[in-house]
Amino acid sequence: MAAAEASIAVSASGRGHAAWVRVSHWLIAAGVITLAVSGFVILMAHPRLYWGEIGNDLTPALIELPLSHNHRPEGWQIDVTFSELTGAPVSGIRTYDADIFNENSWARSLHFLAAWVVLTVGFLYAALGALTGHARRDLLPRWRDLAPRALWRSTAAHWSLRFGAGGGAPYGVLQRCAYSFVAFALLPLMVLTGLTMAPAVTAAYPSLLAVFGGHQTARTLHFFGFAALALFLIVHVALVIKTGFRRQMRSMILGS
Amino acid sequence: MKRIELSRRRFLTGVTSSAGLLVAGCAETEPPTYGNLLRVGDLVTYKAHRLLLPANALAREYSRGDISSSPAIGTTNPGDPNQSLFDPSYGETFDRLRGDAFADWRLTVEGSVLRPGAFSLADLQRMPARTQITRHTCEEGWSSIAEWTGVPLKRVLEAVGTKPEARYVQLYSYDYVASGIDMIDALHPQTILAYGMNGRDLPLAHGAPLRLRLETQLGYKSLKFVRHIEVLDSFEDDGSIATGWAWYAGI
Repeated sequence: MAAAEASIAVSASGRGHAAWVRVSHWLIAAGVITLAVSGFVILMAHPRLYWGEIGNDLTPALIELPLSHNHRPEGWQIDVTFSELTGAPVSGIRTYDADIFNENSWARSLHFLAAWVVLTVGFLYAALGALTGHARRDLLPRWRDLAPRALWRSTAAHWSLRFGAGGGAPYGVLQRCAYSFVAFALLPLMVLTGLTMAPAVTAAYPSLLAVFGGHQTARTLHFFGFAALALFLIVHVALVIKTGFRRQMRSMILGS
Repeated sequence: MKRIELSRRRFLTGVTSSAGLLVAGCAETEPPTYGNLLRVGDLVTYKAHRLLLPANALAREYSRGDISSSPAIGTTNPGDPNQSLFDPSYGETFDRLRGDAFADWRLTVEGSVLRPGAFSLADLQRMPARTQITRHTCEEGWSSIAEWTGVPLKRVLEAVGTKPEARYVQLYSYDYVASGIDMIDALHPQTILAYGMNGRDLPLAHGAPLRLRLETQLGYKSLKFVRHIEVLDSFEDDGSIATGWAWYAGI
């Protein structure tokens, strides 16, 4: 197919990755993997997701993730009913200690430490990406590539696992879309939904709660964002292996 | 649930016998990191919040209709010796005070203050009250909304007269838990010592007779069953740092 051949042709003459791209790639990769692992540990303490401002073991969940025994509200006993009305809010106490899956002390601190790394490097990456023209030239999809016919051809080629050898820019249109989406939409969304869960931050910027529709909605979107990033990571690594693992790694580590 | 494996007293003994000697006369003015990378991250967050966020921004307040069911976790009765954070030194006292509807209960406020005091519940209820409907955000990930009534901590600190060099306020509970906050959070208008919840007396499991409500941090900083307040000139670990929890939890 023409698109795939073209992709191979340009890859052969492609430029290597600039040093700042390689360094920020690996720092952000390490940070994101640390965030994913610590985030998973945090999620295990309460693997129930909700929509809106609140949600807890005494209210219905949107999704119960069977990640630990914490996902089903068992062992709660009602100690106070706050009014005589039916469906009135209650207070419940737990008769058991569900703490074997609660490793939140270090997991939370590690999560925020990694978040600072990703945030700092991410800002530098975005700034350099804009200044050097890397973002516009290599990452953002070009309008003509987004024409339905071009997109369809590229998708069909990928579907039958026919694509270029890679090893740096220029990227194919699907690559551009995926990288741009992760760098300029998904990671910023993770930062913003994360900040929406911070009581001190939403006190200063209540509009965050309005934009995301509440603390628990932000938490649920944060989880969906994690799922999308995990999916990206799996496909990304699979394609790196498929297109020549050694050469791809050399190119992202050494630049050539 | 936030767990404190190391008792506060054991921890303090450890500090006085070892590190205390090293830092004698050289008081910590910031939350320490003890060379721990995770604590360095916590400190960056704390400093960033203090640098970038306005000090008196109010947490969102809700309407009565938003009030939700509220789980009570951690210690739900400090007088119960079977609970994991039971403190024998204060547990029995708590049980006795509770048996008498907290009539003899007193909140002691000491430390870097001009007029150390002891306040009964009636004393606190005579002070100007504040009622707020706010969200409790637990580190586990869940949240709930309740109406809290109490006296702003600021009023109590004014009553005892904090000295100009005072930097931190540390609250102690009838179980093995304490909560330390800086003056910015202590003087925040929504930081209250609550004796009422959803229009009635604070229920036992939610920290009767008096709990802290600190709306700009996660739930575990809003100490239940408050027994004593100590105003400090320099940083003292409230037990979080020793047990691996972030001392500052504005996130």
